[in-house]
Amino acid sequence: MPDDNSRAVDVLVIGGGNAALCAALMAREAGASVLLLEAAPREWRGGNSSHTRNLRCMHDAPQDVLTDAYPEEEFWQDLLKVTGGNTNERLARLAIRESSTCRGWMRRHGVHFQPSLSGTLQLSRTNAFFMGGGKALVNAYYRSAAALGVEIRYGAPVDRLEVADGQFQAAWVGKERIAARACVMAAGGFESNREWLREAWGQNADGEWPADNFAIRGTRYNQGVLLKQMMSAGADFIGDPSQSHCVAIDARAPLYDGGICTRIDCVSLGIVVNKFAQRFYDEGEDFWPKRYAIWGRLVAQQPGQVGYSVIDAKAVGRFMPPVFPGAKADTLEHLARQLGLDEAAFVRTVGEYNAGCRVGSFDHTALDDCHTEGVSPAKTHWALPLDTAPFYAYPLKPGITFTYLGLKVNEQAAVHFAGRPSRNLFVAGEMMAGNVLGRGYTAGVGMTIGTVFGRIAGAQAAQAAMNQGVHHAGA
Amino acid sequence: MQALEQLVGQARDLADGGIGLSDKEAEVGRIMKICNACRYCEGFCAVFPAMTRRLEFGKADIHYLANLCHNCGACLHACQYAPPHDFAVNVPQAMARVRGETYASYAWPQAFGGLYKNNGLTVALALAGSLALFLVLALNFAGGIAHAPLSGNFYAIFPHDTLALLFGAVFAYAVLALGLGVRKFWREVSPGSFSGAATAEAAGDVLQLKYLDGGHGMGCNNADDAFTLLRRRFHHFTFYGFMLCFAATCVATLYHYLFGLHAPYALGSLPVLLGSVGGIGLLIGPAGLFWLNFKRHPLHGDAEQKPMDRGFIALLFLTSLTGLLLLALRDGPAMGLLLAIHLGVVMALFLTLPYGKFAHGVFRTAALLKWSIEKRLPNNLQLGSE
Ligand SMILES: Cc1cc2nc3c(=O)[nH]c(=O)nc-3n(C[C@H](O)[C@H](O)[C@H](O)COP(=O)(O)OP(=O)(O)OC[C@H]3O[C@@H](n4cnc5c(N)ncnc54)[C@H](O)[C@@H]3O)c2cc1C
Ligand code: SF4
Ligand code: SF4
Repeated sequence: MPDDNSRAVDVLVIGGGNAALCAALMAREAGASVLLLEAAPREWRGGNSSHTRNLRCMHDAPQDVLTDAYPEEEFWQDLLKVTGGNTNERLARLAIRESSTCRGWMRRHGVHFQPSLSGTLQLSRTNAFFMGGGKALVNAYYRSAAALGVEIRYGAPVDRLEVADGQFQAAWVGKERIAARACVMAAGGFESNREWLREAWGQNADGEWPADNFAIRGTRYNQGVLLKQMMSAGADFIGDPSQSHCVAIDARAPLYDGGICTRIDCVSLGIVVNKFAQRFYDEGEDFWPKRYAIWGRLVAQQPGQVGYSVIDAKAVGRFMPPVFPGAKADTLEHLARQLGLDEAAFVRTVGEYNAGCRVGSFDHTALDDCHTEGVSPAKTHWALPLDTAPFYAYPLKPGITFTYLGLKVNEQAAVHFAGRPSRNLFVAGEMMAGNVLGRGYTAGVGMTIGTVFGRIAGAQAAQAAMNQGVHHAGA
Repeated sequence: MQALEQLVGQARDLADGGIGLSDKEAEVGRIMKICNACRYCEGFCAVFPAMTRRLEFGKADIHYLANLCHNCGACLHACQYAPPHDFAVNVPQAMARVRGETYASYAWPQAFGGLYKNNGLTVALALAGSLALFLVLALNFAGGIAHAPLSGNFYAIFPHDTLALLFGAVFAYAVLALGLGVRKFWREVSPGSFSGAATAEAAGDVLQLKYLDGGHGMGCNNADDAFTLLRRRFHHFTFYGFMLCFAATCVATLYHYLFGLHAPYALGSLPVLLGSVGGIGLLIGPAGLFWLNFKRHPLHGDAEQKPMDRGFIALLFLTSLTGLLLLALRDGPAMGLLLAIHLGVVMALFLTLPYGKFAHGVFRTAALLKWSIEKRLPNNLQLGSE
């Protein structure tokens, strides 16, 4: 079929999460005709964005739901710290600055904010929470997009892209070719692609493929198809291809879409053992919000990729209630039996830990002086003996939040080929987050990146399409 | 066979810690555990903040939360675990189903609890019975429903004292039955002691229908994930319309007994003014609610209770319609017939007050008051999270 550019849409947006919607809305607001292709059916639309709860925002003074101030420099230092310098300062500062102004626009498109949720006081200064969470945000954007005349197609996974000389030509959904003057890719990472994860995590010394035992915390639709397509098209990449954000979640979580509620927040209040009933890491190293993200990897490194977070009655009521009930027993032996652990080994581990506890004045809100001596690994804070029945245990497994591999961009969110920016192909969200967040994570920054670069990509794509339209009209 | 199922159910309840819960209550308990681990919906209404003060959900907690829920739908459309997710979280539906059970279980006398179950039938029977009653009475007192114009003199058809006694008794009974039901509900969870501030807050929440504002002021959900203030507005029309009509009746009763002023009252008189304005509100409100009820998203609330909802709405609408018609045509020959019909409808409404949808307002008010009291108590949980 000959390429009929007069019928082609101005801006094609591929993806249906936060970044895609921000791009679509901006492009439409700039006057472009927009078609959005979401791989998921309507009831599963919104990708990982529908599991989020907040975005991180710079602000110099208290702002509606945000307390105090969170200046640019502090935000930047936080990013520098969590990424270990694996970030692009220009792009990071762009995201930070834009985060201070984007919320008015978000509100205009129907997003509502609320103060930090109970149990997350530590985020009340830095993070604006979405009322009703990310799904409410996604719903609002879809409503706004429909009202503005963005054409939306669900159940439309793009499986192939046509790119020539670094210029986007068309996308293919099955046998259908969809041409557009410009394109924004915002189709998430490759975290839902089990084969790819398996490859990325490799095989361990025991011959296990750890990734086979992972849960995916979000959508099943982020298969990384566009990332693969861009690899073969020769685009420039950034971010560690083998890395993913990985937290310890309840081992009974569903394979996909377990979301936030499967987290286990009692690690620092007790001990964690592996399937041989051995401890393997300092559970009290630092505050839980600063440590939860390393525990996925720690568990992934254990045999069978399982762990058991064990607490006693003293901890109940001090952590967010887990979604599944824990194993519960009046004796350590019974608990071990319920978990299928070696009873003697488990009792010995707990006994050694209990004997090593040097209890001072327990304070879960500070790095207190309760620690162990003569136990390896040590527990350096909040070390109280497990001595008060009933005892509880929660099984853990690694849960993947997102992958770090992304496309290299500039301030215009343009995809690069051999160092040269494409004129009409842009990318936003998780697909390029690695430019800012090469590794590590700090709460809310994923949505900040998606919102800021989604908006930029949408505006740039509209401009590129309309310039091209003029060019064609003149030709 | 049923005994076996019961045993299995009991065993499961014991395992879950949900001792003695009905299936519908157990479903709310299950969902609340998921919500309590998630909490994204905390900003929408009072249910979620009340939930976060608890780690376990016993029968009484579940009844309390179910009656606190306004079925606004916000947390269904916002839920990342809503069907088709395996967790199948549908808070408004689970809450509505339990509410239906609680109405029946709080009913006084208890034997009448069943009237909630087939409420469409209950309302229809009450209506038919009351209409028949007044038509027969009309025949008896006036010797027929067709008559020469009586210039709006109702009492030429029905003696005033008969009416006052009849309606006074039925109304007093409704108040008693609902009062005893609420007392039962109140005693289940003892929330602490009243304070002026808590009571004033709860009254404000009821009178403004605060929790139909979505937490952000844009309203609640009806047909889809878009917010609308219509449900709140139509409730207001209905509620204040009803109250104005009620006030009209009270004023008229005062006129009658205190000042010896007898109906019919002039068009510009206070009872007629109150009744007309209220009556118009009570046409607009129920009509709107009826329309919204038909357009309601299928996953909201409990489909089995739709006949109850619609029966009540229809009675309210008919009350107002027949009342306004009576006012308009009171000088003509159809006055007797219209009066009998109007009184029949009002009687049906009063009779079903303690056994129908009206109860939702009463139990909701009590739940809101509990919440206003509870939220002023210190929270003992010190939960921390990522
Ligand atoms: C449980 C959980 C909680 C989180 N909480 C937060 C938080 O509170 N704050 C925060 O900042 N970040 C959070 N994150 C990270 C955040 O989800 C991401 O950073 C962000 O959602 C990325 O947005 P996105 O639009 O790039 O991707 P997504 O929202 O994942 O959207 C990708 C979209 O692309 C579609 N798609 C994929 N492939 C194709 C294809 N081939 N064709 C067409 N469409 C396709 C998908 O269906 C999906 O709609 C959380 C992540 C998870 C898993
Ligand atoms: S309704 Fe869903 S999103 Fe809302 S708190 Fe409950 S589980 Fe979370
Ligand atoms: S339906 Fe509305 S009132 Fe009921 S729990 Fe959900 S948000 Fe609250």
